[in-house]
Amino acid sequence: MTSLLVRIAEHRDRDAYQDLFVHFAPRIKGFLMRKGADSELAEELMQDTMLSVWTKASMYHPGRGSASTWIFTIARNLRIDRLRRESVRHFDDVDDLEISEDDTASDVTVVAQDDAVIASQERQLVARAMQDLPSEQAQVIRMSFVDDLSQSDIAERLSLPLGTVKSRMRLAYIKLRQALESEL
Amino acid sequence: MSIHHHPDDATLTAYAAGTLSEALSVTVATHVAICPRCRARVRTAEAVGGTLLREAEPVAIGADALARAMARIESSAGAPIDVIERPAVADKRLPAPLARRLGTSLDDIRWRWIAPGVRSHDIAVSPDSGSLFLLRIAPGKTMPEHGHGGAELTMILDGSYSDVTGRYGPGDVADLDEEIEHAPKVDSDIDCICLIATEAPTRFKGVIGRLLQPYFGI
Ligand SMILES: [Zn+2]
Repeated sequence: MTSLLVRIAEHRDRDAYQDLFVHFAPRIKGFLMRKGADSELAEELMQDTMLSVWTKASMYHPGRGSASTWIFTIARNLRIDRLRRESVRHFDDVDDLEISEDDTASDVTVVAQDDAVIASQERQLVARAMQDLPSEQAQVIRMSFVDDLSQSDIAERLSLPLGTVKSRMRLAYIKLRQALESEL
Repeated sequence: MSIHHHPDDATLTAYAAGTLSEALSVTVATHVAICPRCRARVRTAEAVGGTLLREAEPVAIGADALARAMARIESSAGAPIDVIERPAVADKRLPAPLARRLGTSLDDIRWRWIAPGVRSHDIAVSPDSGSLFLLRIAPGKTMPEHGHGGAELTMILDGSYSDVTGRYGPGDVADLDEEIEHAPKVDSDIDCICLIATEAPTRFKGVIGRLLQPYFGI
């Protein structure tokens, strides 16, 4: 999937875009519906997310990890912008900064190819590490990434002190990071 | 700039998930913009989102969805890429996400007097997305001892302060647990300017109230 994205970025490859769409569109829609959007709204946001994938493809860069991670951030920002009506410019400012840092890399294409391999490894490692998380840690991770609940909301739903939610999230994060660092 | 205090990993994870309110999110972005360590951590947390997106149950999309998408990319072909304009950063103390918000250098801020040696400046955020403001505290000043009711982040932009948890200078973030009570003292010979975000809008009153308390006995 990451190589499709590279083809879109470098050659505006429509076949690659079509393949990417067929794979991701039903998942993006499912992901958004899981977050509470109705079918019509989820379809709209999915279309807008996929359009952004096309228009912003040249801004995708190796540091962003796999295609699914980058697409996740686009969907995340669109959702915050449309549903919560909050500004997401600060996320873009951080990305923009990374892009200017990447510009200084001498051979971007070579880096991108190596990175496609790393991105696919990363994807598998994260998936495995997620499965290995204790259920109470996996729960808070799902509640924040899938159900879009803030730490305070999670604390309320689970009738736990905020500090407990934070420490579960911290522990989960540390395990995921360790899994990535030990293998890459 | 050497950074010694970073946001909690749980805070960086929530930022990556997109569940921090705008005020907190802007504050994390302001730090992340100048901290490669935290930027890498945010990217790792975002990979969790990517994994969950990949694993999401696919649902039926509109029969014309692909045709629509292909038509949209064609009509967007000539359009300029959706690149945002970089904020004009006139002040080295202001990372890009904050520079965009302020639109001015720290020297041109209109400060509001709060108490002797303490001034503040509100920063606009979207409705119901927390409160965000700058606090400017004179050298030698000690803030009243206080705890933290909910999520609250402080990032130092200029000057420095110390409290029981350590010394905080430019780029550092105080992401304190609820239980911690502290009384930061400005230990730089210039004013300490920090960016503060709180989760709920009502928290703003709480913070200012705490600041005013020793002076007015309210
Ligand atoms: Zn940091």
